[in-house]
Amino acid sequence: MARADADGSRSGRHLHEAALKRQHAREQWSILSLVVPATIVIVLIILIPLSWLFYLSFLGDNGGFSLENYHKMTQYKSYYRIFVTTFQVSILTTLACIALGYPLAFFLAQLPPRWAGVFMLAVLLPFWTSLLVRTYAWLVLLQKRGILNEFAMQVGLWETPIKLVHNMTGTLIGMAHIMLPFLILPLYNAMRKIDKDMMHAAANLGANPINAFWRVYFPLSLPGMVAGSLIVFVLCLGFYVTPAVLGGGRVIMVSNQITAILENQFDWGAASALGVVLLVATTFTLYVAARLFRFDAALFGRD
Amino acid sequence: MDSRLKLSFAVTDAPQGTTALPIEIRDLTKRYGSVYALNSVDLDVHSGEFLTLLGPSGSGKTTLLMAIAGFNRPDSGSIRFGEDEVILTPPHKREVGMVFQSYALFPHMNVAENIGFPLKLRGISGAERATRVEEALETIQLSGFGARNIDQLSGGQRQRVALARAFVFGPRILLMDEPLSALDKKLRERMQIELKHLHRKLGVTTVYVTHDQREALTMSDRIAVINDGELVQLDTPEVIYNSPANAFVADFIGESTMLPLTRDDAGALSFRGQKVGDAGTDQSKDWTLVVRPERLFFAGAGAETDDQTIVLKGVMREAVFQGESEMALVAIDDDTEVAVRFGTGGRASPAGGNTGDQVSIGLDRTDVIIIPGGQAA
Repeated sequence: MARADADGSRSGRHLHEAALKRQHAREQWSILSLVVPATIVIVLIILIPLSWLFYLSFLGDNGGFSLENYHKMTQYKSYYRIFVTTFQVSILTTLACIALGYPLAFFLAQLPPRWAGVFMLAVLLPFWTSLLVRTYAWLVLLQKRGILNEFAMQVGLWETPIKLVHNMTGTLIGMAHIMLPFLILPLYNAMRKIDKDMMHAAANLGANPINAFWRVYFPLSLPGMVAGSLIVFVLCLGFYVTPAVLGGGRVIMVSNQITAILENQFDWGAASALGVVLLVATTFTLYVAARLFRFDAALFGRD
Repeated sequence: MDSRLKLSFAVTDAPQGTTALPIEIRDLTKRYGSVYALNSVDLDVHSGEFLTLLGPSGSGKTTLLMAIAGFNRPDSGSIRFGEDEVILTPPHKREVGMVFQSYALFPHMNVAENIGFPLKLRGISGAERATRVEEALETIQLSGFGARNIDQLSGGQRQRVALARAFVFGPRILLMDEPLSALDKKLRERMQIELKHLHRKLGVTTVYVTHDQREALTMSDRIAVINDGELVQLDTPEVIYNSPANAFVADFIGESTMLPLTRDDAGALSFRGQKVGDAGTDQSKDWTLVVRPERLFFAGAGAETDDQTIVLKGVMREAVFQGESEMALVAIDDDTEVAVRFGTGGRASPAGGNTGDQVSIGLDRTDVIIIPGGQAA
C-alpha cells in the first residue's frame, strides 16, 4: 500500500471527498430506515405490554410496590407442581421430537432434493392447518370411543378402551405432532450441508457405517439438532391450546394456570408474576444452551 | 503464506517399495441411465507407480476413481488389489488412502485428531497414535500444528493435512481426486513437485485424477487418457505427448494445430503436395498431421522442403507476447492458421516479421506427428 502523507492522502487534493462521504452516509441511512416499521411493531406489541406485565407483577393489594405475588408462588405447592409439569412436558416433547424427527430428517437428507421436497410437504402440510383443528383431530382419534381404540379392540390388540387422552399421554402425542416440523426444518438444513465427501472420507479411513455415523455424521448434525430442540423446548414452555384440550385438566402447565387465574380470580398481579417467572426461566434456558452449544451458528448460519 | 511451506518435503529419495500393491481393473462398466460413465474399462496400475487418470469433465475419470475407492457400485467388472478381488468389498475394508478434492477434513476435530482418526479406528493406542501423527506431521512439514483447528489452516496446509490423513495408516494404494485444484497456480505447481517427492518416499501405488494436462505431464509415471467412459491411451507422458493415439489425445494434451493429409494409392501421406509420412499397412482414408507450436520455427526466406525439414509458406497474422514465449499465428491459406511458439530470450529465434509479412515456417521431420482419422470435433 502506498504511504499516505501528513494530511491523509497521497496527492493531498481531496477530489470529491465530501460528496463521496455524503453519498456513503445517505446509503447507510436508507438501509437503516428499513428497520423502522419492525421497531415500531416490537415496541408496541412486545416492549410496552411486557413492561406493563412487569409493573403489575410487583404491584401489591394496597397499590404499592410489593413482592407478595412472587411470595405466593413459593407458598403453594401447586405452583411448584405446575413448573415441574411444564418442564416435564417440554423435555418429553423435545425428546419425542428428536426420536421421531432425527431418523426422518436423515432420510430426507439422503433423498435427491426433488424427492426430499415431496416428503417435506408431508411434514409441513399439517403445519399449515389450524392448531386447534389438529388438536381436536387428535381428540377424535384418541378418545375412549375414538378411532384408535375401536380399531385396536376390533383386531384384538386390547380388550377394554385404553385411556389415551385427557392425560399426559394425550398431551405428549399432540404436542410432539405439532412441534415436529420445528425440529425437522433446522435439522434437515444442517444435514443437507454435510458434505457427502465427509462420509466417504470416514469410510475410506476405515470407519464402518455405525462408526462413521457416530464419529462424523452425528457430531456434524448436532448444531442443527440443538437448534431444533431449543425451538421446540422453548415453544413448549409457553404452550397453551394442546395441554388444555388433550390434557383434560390433568396436565396443567404455566400458561394454563395463568388463564385459570385470570378467569377465576381476575388477579392480574398473580398472573403477571407467573408470566415473568416463565419468561426468566425461558431466557435462562436459552442462555445456558447458547453457552453450551454455541447454537447461534446453526440458527444464523455463522461458521 | 507460512514461510516454512517453502521447504519441500524432507524425504530420502530411496523408495521403500515393499508396501505397494498393483491394481488390475477388468471390464469395468458403470451406466447412469443410458449413458456409459465407464464402458468396459481395462486398466493395470503397476505396483508403486504414479498413474494419472486424465480426461475432460464428465469423461468418467472420477467415476473410475470412486469405483476403486468403493464409493460407487459398478454394473459389472472386476477390480483386484494384488491378488484380492475387491469389487464387493465395502469402502471401509479396502485399506486405500484417499485425498478428496474438497479435502473432507472433519471440522469438529483438530489437525492431530483428523490425522489420528484412521489410527484410532484401527485400535492403535494413544501413545503410539500420537507418535505416528507427529511423524506424519513432520513429513508434511507441519510439526507443531497438531492442536490447530481446521479453520485456522490455509488452503495449502489443509491439503497437506488431508494428505497426511490418507497415508498415515500405511495404505498400499493412494487415490487422489484433483487434490490441487483449489490452490492458486504458484502453490499448485510447488505441491506437484512435493507430491512427487512424497510418492517416491512412500513408494505407494498412486492413482491421481486431474483434468489439467500439464499437471498430468508433470507428475505421472504413466497417464491414462479417458474420454466418454473409455480408456483412450495409456502410456508415459513423453509417448502421450509425442505420439498421441488419436485426434482427441493430440488435441487434449498440449497445444496443437491439426492439418488434414491426403493419402495416395501407394500409401504416401502428403500435405499440399509435400510428402510427410507413410500410412504403412493401415488402410484408413483420413489422416491428420499434428503440429506442436513449439516444434515449429521460422525458416529463412529462401528455405525449401528437403530431407530434414518441411517448410510451409504463409502470411503472419498476429504475434502475441506471453511472457516466457511468444505465439505467432501464421495463415498458410485463407482458412488455415498455424500457431508457432518461440522463446523470448536473447538466443530465441527472431520474430517472423510484422503482421502481413510473408514468412516461412519449418518443421523437422523428426517432429512430425501423424495420426489416423479426421480432426477432432
